[in-house]
Amino acid sequence: MNLLQQLMEKPWLTEDNTVVELRDGRTFALSREKLGLRVFLVVVMVVFSLMMAAYIERKVFSDWHSVPLPWLLWLNTVILVFSSLAMHRAWISARRTEIDGVRVWLYAGGFFALVFLIGQLLAWWELVASGYYAAVDPANAFFFMLTALHGVHLIGGLVAWWRTMAKVTRGCGVVLVRISVELCTVYWHFLLLIWLALFALMLFT
Amino acid sequence: MVDAVQDQDDFVPPAEVAEMELYHPKSWLTKYVFSQDAKVIAIQYSFTAIAIGLVALVLSWMMRLQLGFPETFSFIEAEDYYQFITMHGMIMVIYLLTALFLGGFGNYLIPLMVGARDMVFPYVNMLSYWIYLAAVLVLLASFFVPGGPTGAGWTLYPPQAILPGTPGSEGGIVLMLVSLALFIVGFTMGGLNYVVTVLQARTRGMTLMRLPLTIWGIFMATVLALLAFPALFVGAVMMTFDSLLGTSFFMPAISQFGEQLKYGGGSPILFQHLFWFFGHPEVYIVALPAFGIVSDLISVHARRHIFGYRLMVWAIVIIGALSFIVWAHHMYVSGMNPYFGFFFATTTLIIAIPTAIKVYNWVLTLWRGNIQLTVPMLFAIGFIVTFVNGGITGLFLGNVVVDVPLSDTMFVVAHFHMVMGVAPIMVVFGAIYHWFPKMTGRLMNVPMGQFHFWVTFVGAYAIFLPLHYLGFLGVPRRYYAMLDTGFIPESAQDLNAFVTVVVLIVGAAQMLFLYNIAVSMIKGKKSGPNPWRATSLEWQTPQTPPGHGNFGPTLPVVYRWAYAYGLPDATEDYVPQNLAPDQLMSDYDNSGLSHSAAQAAE
Ligand code: HEM
Ligand SMILES: [Cu+2]
Repeated sequence: MNLLQQLMEKPWLTEDNTVVELRDGRTFALSREKLGLRVFLVVVMVVFSLMMAAYIERKVFSDWHSVPLPWLLWLNTVILVFSSLAMHRAWISARRTEIDGVRVWLYAGGFFALVFLIGQLLAWWELVASGYYAAVDPANAFFFMLTALHGVHLIGGLVAWWRTMAKVTRGCGVVLVRISVELCTVYWHFLLLIWLALFALMLFT
Repeated sequence: MVDAVQDQDDFVPPAEVAEMELYHPKSWLTKYVFSQDAKVIAIQYSFTAIAIGLVALVLSWMMRLQLGFPETFSFIEAEDYYQFITMHGMIMVIYLLTALFLGGFGNYLIPLMVGARDMVFPYVNMLSYWIYLAAVLVLLASFFVPGGPTGAGWTLYPPQAILPGTPGSEGGIVLMLVSLALFIVGFTMGGLNYVVTVLQARTRGMTLMRLPLTIWGIFMATVLALLAFPALFVGAVMMTFDSLLGTSFFMPAISQFGEQLKYGGGSPILFQHLFWFFGHPEVYIVALPAFGIVSDLISVHARRHIFGYRLMVWAIVIIGALSFIVWAHHMYVSGMNPYFGFFFATTTLIIAIPTAIKVYNWVLTLWRGNIQLTVPMLFAIGFIVTFVNGGITGLFLGNVVVDVPLSDTMFVVAHFHMVMGVAPIMVVFGAIYHWFPKMTGRLMNVPMGQFHFWVTFVGAYAIFLPLHYLGFLGVPRRYYAMLDTGFIPESAQDLNAFVTVVVLIVGAAQMLFLYNIAVSMIKGKKSGPNPWRATSLEWQTPQTPPGHGNFGPTLPVVYRWAYAYGLPDATEDYVPQNLAPDQLMSDYDNSGLSHSAAQAAE
């Protein structure tokens, strides 16, 4: 369907002869859940974009002191990539209706996500231990806030992951969990992209 | 043509998205309290919004008592006054108007008008209401914490918002920010529903260009809200950290009472940008549903198709898009680069073009229409007049050189009350009088409604025209008392006293309105399914008020747009959207045989 074409219709013209041909309501060829998730991702993207814009706006002033990023963040990034890849494998298995594959790869994806979160906490701890408190400098505050916000979104994803996992272990058929697995995977990839953007932003100072 | 009627079934392609399964409540609690039915959620939203709105109304009386008769009411201290203006503004804009238009009217009208059984994610929709209620309760709680609610002004500008000296800096400001964050989370849940329902759950035949303009207005406002509220969310989160954790996102190095505070390095202007990046779209989040609803009201009650439907849709879309690039017209006096001011003045004035198109189209719809001066029509006309008024003062303020002396005066207060206070509230009233029969099966009392309209309409002008004048004189906004101010004549005080008296009268008229609602709900005249002889789907439901699932066993099929009014040779002067062409034909053949809308729905 073509949005522009739909907006160019003239519903009143055929009105002259009072009978109008029948057409269906023409929706986007997407399921409700997928469209809902996409709209949500747009909203989340706006939130992160605004925070990054605020970060950049602040960074241009000369009194900006960057945070020395802990090396652990590199490792965490790799782990998050693993997590995303595992979710992707789960999705592929779901499409091939291999429920065992779904289970294994879902576990892997959730596990790596948890490891990532713990890794982030360790990175925080390292910063705090060397005196980079949030209240000391705006750069520190931005670091904590951006990572925290990303973490919170991942935790939200883990809740969805948990519910999908519950369905799988309850023995729901692969057809029933397919859509949940797909939504989780899309969300995971999205959060990976957000993280890469955040990390790059904080790296190139 | 005749062929099309005969093999009608072949002609209707199957829906692209399968019909969804409806959730059926199993107990009283899930039916009326934790309900997933959009109609019940709509009523919950509306009652909560109106209840908190009444609090804001009372606060406005207190403010006016102080302004009209300073030194008379010893119980209103300066701190109280600041708290009143802040809570009044925030409640009216966000917790009343936004919640009522989107959570209230949106929930009630979207499924009914697009021909769906319910919202697409009913469970999330239910959560949306309960989170909104939590936000309202947190907001109310701030009245009861030490120090009281915040008095920072509804714009909550840092650094003053979180520094000692501003009322409510102890706890009120944090509760306000938390409440806003909750509101936004709850709204996002509802907003996902409104958008996806309009896009994916329209019944067969309901193309985008057959949607009633009400739906277009609510849809576009929701899109704006989904994109604009994140800015407020980000601002609220960052300010909460500043206030609780001592970070310095918005706080510059600052000393108070000769003492250097722990803050340093933040940017207060950053908050202003975030706030107005939300704040300006917010005014259209309130205005666009009003635009849409008023278009339908005048079309139905003037028995005429809306003039320039497609242009109306485009104007809504363009206004929505433009509203994201004008925000800094609220910051002309913040010391920004003059070229910025030039840019934002230009974009601001450009918005006037699609807005003016809408006004022309409303007037042209009324022109030669068969105007029925029903109560909803009165309010619709009241809206158009008032909106034009406020729009014109907006053009004044949009020019930097005019704005600089007028900024932060009563003139700004008059501008935004005309355009965003009085005008949308007129639509809220008109819409309630219009859809009340669908929601309850009864009509509202007309003489009481007319009285309510005239007092409100004339009263609004008696209140806000003087405020424009006071603004020209230089009376600043947000001042507790003027004391001796040389450049303001003594007589300004008489004007202020007059305004306060009118405010109390208009306030009393609103009580009559609430009384009218209560009495009509029980004793009002039975309205039948379609008292206004309207075409859109919500009037064609088999039951009034609509039952669970809205439309009996099968969903309606839509054959035309929603504006088939004033047809010269139809037996009735309107054709419902879902009346099949073959039925229409037989009508023509034996003219005289009239079909009622209720029959058509079956
Ligand atoms: C042609 C259209 C409009 C123009 C050119 C315009 C322009 C402006 C300008 C320049 C200001 C800033 C004044 C100042 O603070 O010095 C302002 C304030 C305001 N406008 Fe408008 N406006 C328009 C329409 C609207 C509409 C449709 C609404 C709401 C439905 C609205 C609501 C407000 C509010 C709430 C404020 C004051 C916010 C505050 O400072 O607390 N305006 N307008
Ligand atoms: Cu504005």
